[in-house]
Amino acid sequence: MSRVGQAGRKGDRVRSDCWISVEPRDSGGVSVTLSSIVDAMYGDAIEKDVVDGLATLGVPHAAVEVVDSGALPFVIAARLEAAVRRAIPDLSGELLPDALEWTKYGTTRDKFRRSRLYLPGDQAKLMINAGLHGPDAVILDLEDSVAQSEKDAARCVVRNALLTVDFHGAERMVRINQAPVGLDDLEFVVPYNVHVILIPKCEGAEHVTAVDERTKAILEDRGIDTPVYLMPIVESALGCLRAYEIATASPNVVALAIGLEDYTADIGTQRTNEGRESFWARSQVVNAARAAGVQPIDTVFSDVADSEGLMASVLEAKSLGFDGKGCIHPRQIEVIHRGFAPADAEVERAKRIVLAFEKAEAEGLGVVSLGSKMIDPPVVKRALRTVELATASGILAEDWREAGGEDA
Amino acid sequence: MPDEKLTRNAAGRMVPTEVNGKEVIPYKGVATHRPTGVRAAPSVATCIDSPDSGDKTGPDIKAALKAAGIRDGMTVSTHHHLRNGDFVANAVFAAAAELGVKDLMWFPSASFPCQAGMIEHMENGVIHHIEGSMNGPLGEHCSYGKMKGVGVLRSHGGRYRAVQDGDVHIDIAVIAGPTADPFGNAHGLTGPTACGLLGFALADSQYADKVIVVTDNLIDFPCIPWQIQGNYVDFVTTMESIGDSSKIVSGTTQITKSPDRLRIAEMTARFVRDTGIMRDGFSFQCGAGGTALSFAIFLMEMMREANVKARFVRGGSTQYLTAMLEEGLTDYILDGQTFDLEGVRSMRENPNHVNTSPFTSYNYHGKGNFAPMLDCVVLGATEVDVNFNANVVTHSDGKLLHGIGGWQNCLASKCTILPIPSFRNRIPVLVDEVTTLCGPGELIDVVVTERGLAINPRREDLLSAVAGSGLPVRPIEEIKAEVEAFCGGPPAKPDCEDRVVAVIEWVDGTVIDAVRQLKVK
Repeated sequence: MSRVGQAGRKGDRVRSDCWISVEPRDSGGVSVTLSSIVDAMYGDAIEKDVVDGLATLGVPHAAVEVVDSGALPFVIAARLEAAVRRAIPDLSGELLPDALEWTKYGTTRDKFRRSRLYLPGDQAKLMINAGLHGPDAVILDLEDSVAQSEKDAARCVVRNALLTVDFHGAERMVRINQAPVGLDDLEFVVPYNVHVILIPKCEGAEHVTAVDERTKAILEDRGIDTPVYLMPIVESALGCLRAYEIATASPNVVALAIGLEDYTADIGTQRTNEGRESFWARSQVVNAARAAGVQPIDTVFSDVADSEGLMASVLEAKSLGFDGKGCIHPRQIEVIHRGFAPADAEVERAKRIVLAFEKAEAEGLGVVSLGSKMIDPPVVKRALRTVELATASGILAEDWREAGGEDA
Repeated sequence: MPDEKLTRNAAGRMVPTEVNGKEVIPYKGVATHRPTGVRAAPSVATCIDSPDSGDKTGPDIKAALKAAGIRDGMTVSTHHHLRNGDFVANAVFAAAAELGVKDLMWFPSASFPCQAGMIEHMENGVIHHIEGSMNGPLGEHCSYGKMKGVGVLRSHGGRYRAVQDGDVHIDIAVIAGPTADPFGNAHGLTGPTACGLLGFALADSQYADKVIVVTDNLIDFPCIPWQIQGNYVDFVTTMESIGDSSKIVSGTTQITKSPDRLRIAEMTARFVRDTGIMRDGFSFQCGAGGTALSFAIFLMEMMREANVKARFVRGGSTQYLTAMLEEGLTDYILDGQTFDLEGVRSMRENPNHVNTSPFTSYNYHGKGNFAPMLDCVVLGATEVDVNFNANVVTHSDGKLLHGIGGWQNCLASKCTILPIPSFRNRIPVLVDEVTTLCGPGELIDVVVTERGLAINPRREDLLSAVAGSGLPVRPIEEIKAEVEAFCGGPPAKPDCEDRVVAVIEWVDGTVIDAVRQLKVK
C-alpha cells in the first residue's frame, strides 16, 4: 500500500536529534523498535509519544524504527511527522506539540534589531538555548542553511520550535525560501506566532507582496489579527536598485536587510574585509530604508573567531547608518550590542533633551527648549530612542531619572 | 549476596554494613565521625635485603612481582599519573596472569578507558575486584554485576586515608616513574613519558609491603628531585615504554567553543568577582575540563582588569594556570597533576610551581589539609538535586562511569561552585534526588547553569553578596522545572536489582551511598 518514510539523523556524532523510519501497514497496529541513549530515563515516554503521534496523524498500523540520540520531544514529533509525510505524501494530518506559555509574546514595529542570530532550521540542538544569549532576534532558517533534500523536514522542526522553544523574549523570525517553495513555507510558520518573515533574494515589490498576501490569507483563515512583519533581504544588483520600492511595498515591512555574499557574486567581485565593493549597495539600502521609515540592517560577519574584526565591522555599519547586524554565533551578540551602544556624550545629551521634553510636557508647553536653544521634534524623538538604546545596551540604568538627574 | 545487611545512613541512603567481608561504618554526617586507633604501618625493612651498590634493578615486571612474593588474594596497586596513556597497569596484570596468580584486588588511584583489558582479567579470575575508581568500560562491567567483589570508590584523599588508616593494606605497589635511578628514586619531570608529578603514588611508597618502580628512562643515581624516595623502593625494572605520551599530557589543552559552556564559564567568573571572593591574596582551584579552563581564562581577565593577584591556585595545571603564574597573577601553583606540556615544563623550571600529594591536599585523617583553605573551587557533576546533593560517579541511567577523583575532598573549600549545563541531550542534570550521593548538599554552595545560578539557601552571605550584581540568580527548583518542561518531564529512575555492586566512601571512610546492579533489559 505504501512506501517507507525516513527522517532525521543518526550516528555517533549526532546529539539531540533522532532518526525515524515509518512503514505504514494495513493491519497489526503499531510496532516500535527503539534504541536510545536515554532509554532508561525516557524510553517508555518515547514509545508512547510515537504511538500517540501516529494515531494523531491517522496512521493506525505501522512498523516504526527509532534511533534516538537524546532528541527532545518536539524534535521527535517533527521527525515522526516528516517520516510519515515522506511515506504518505498526501497526508492531511499534522502533529502539533502543545504551544508552551513561554512562546506567547509579541513584538513591535520599532523593536531594536541590533542582533539577529541565524539558526539552521534542521538543527534543533542549536535552537534550544539560543535565546539565553540575549539576541534581539532569532532567525529559524529554512533557506540556505538547510539542504535541498531536508527542506520538508526542516519545516516541521521550525514549526515545532515556534510552538515549544523559549527564545527568552527574542523576536521570533523565520527566513523562508524563495517563491514558490517559500510561499508554502508560510503555512508552517505563520499560524504559530512568528513575528517577522525574512524574504531572501528580494528583487522587487512583487516578491514582498506575494509573501504579504499569502501571510494575510493564512492569518485571516486562522482568525489571527496580530500582523506578521516582513524583512526583505536584498542580495543582488537589481534588489539594490529597487531597494526603496521593496521597502515601501507593504506597510508590514519593518526592516530592510542586505546580504553581501550573494551581492558581491552578483556584481562580479569578491567580498573583502574593507568592503569597498559594497559601499554603494550598503548606503543604498540605508537610504532606501530610512526614506521608507524602516530599519536598515547589515549583513552577517562570518569569521566567528575574530571578535576584533567583528567590532570593526559593527562600528562601520553603525557609521553608515545601519541599526543592526546578523550573527551566526551567540558569542557575536555581545560584541554587536556593545558596538551599537551610543557613546557616553551622546547619552548625556539625550538625557538632557528627554528631561527637557518631559518638563515641557508636564508644564503643557508646546515647545521644548534646552538652555537658550529650541529643540525640534525629530531631535527629541532621536533622543528618546538613544536613551532607550542606552538602557537596552546596559550602559544606562532603567531608573536613571531617580539615580541623579541630568548631571549624574 | 543473599543475606546482605543494609542500614540507613545519616544521608538517608540504604548502605551495606559489610563490604567484601569487612565491616564498614555508615556515613554519619559531615564532620561527625571520629577515628580511633593507630595508623597502619608496613613491615620493618632492613638494609640486609638491599644491595650496597644501591642497584635494585631486575629484568622485568614479571621477575619483580615474583621477587615481591606475589600470590593469590593480594592487593596490587597502580596509579594514574600516566592517565589514558598508561602501559604499566596492563603490563602488571598481564604478568600476574602469566604467573598464574588469582583473585588479586586491583587498587588503582584511578582507572582509564585504556585499562578496559582488566575486564578480561576479572573474567578469568586474575582480578577479584577493584577498589579505587571504575571508569567507562570498567564501570559498565561493574554496573551489570559482572565483578566478583564489591567495588569501593574513594576520593584521592580517601584513598590516602584508607591506606594510612589500614582499611586497605597494599601488598605490592607498582609505581610508573618517567625518570628513575637504580636505587628507586623517581620523578615525572623529564623523560619520554614526563607527566609532571607522582603524588598519587606517595601513600603506596610509604605503606606498601613491597614497592616496584617501573621506568623507561633509567638514569644514574641520583635522580633529582626524588618525588618518590628510593628508600621506600624494593625493586626497579624497565619497560621499553611505560606509556603513550600523546595520551598522558596534551600538547595544548583546549578551551570550550560551546556558546552555552562559555556562558556558564563567564557567569562563574563573574560570580567569583562580584561576590568579592576574587580579591588580593585569594585562592582557587579548577580542573582541566573545557568549562573550567574557560572559567580560568575569564577570571584571569577580570583579575587583570581589577589588578588583583592570587596567593595560590591549585592545579591540575594547564598552560593557562602556567601563564597566570608567569604573568604574576598568582604567587604559587600548588599542583596535584599536570594536564599539558606547558604544565610539565613550568613544574620543572619554576620553583613556585609546587608538586603536592593527596596527603597534603586532601587527607581527612591528618592534622588539616589544603582543601578547606581554598576560597573557591570549581567542579563538575553528573547530577545535582534540589537539596544541592551531587553525584559524580553514575549517570541518571544508573551506570557507573566515573571515579570520584579529588571532587569530594574539594567540597571542603569555602565556596564550592558547580558550573554544569542544566541538561545534557535530553537528560536533566537537576533532579529530585541524585541517583548516587557523592557529596552532601550542605557542602555545595552554587550551581551555575546556562539558565542561571542557583545559590544554596544555606549561604545567605552569598545571596546577599550577589544582590544587585545583575547575575541571573534563580531558585534551583525553578531551573529544574523549566528544563523538565521541555525534556518531557522528570527522567524515570533506573531499573535496578537489590544487589550492591559498589559503595561510595565519604572522605572519612564511612559509606555514604551504594550503587546497585542494573537490570538487563
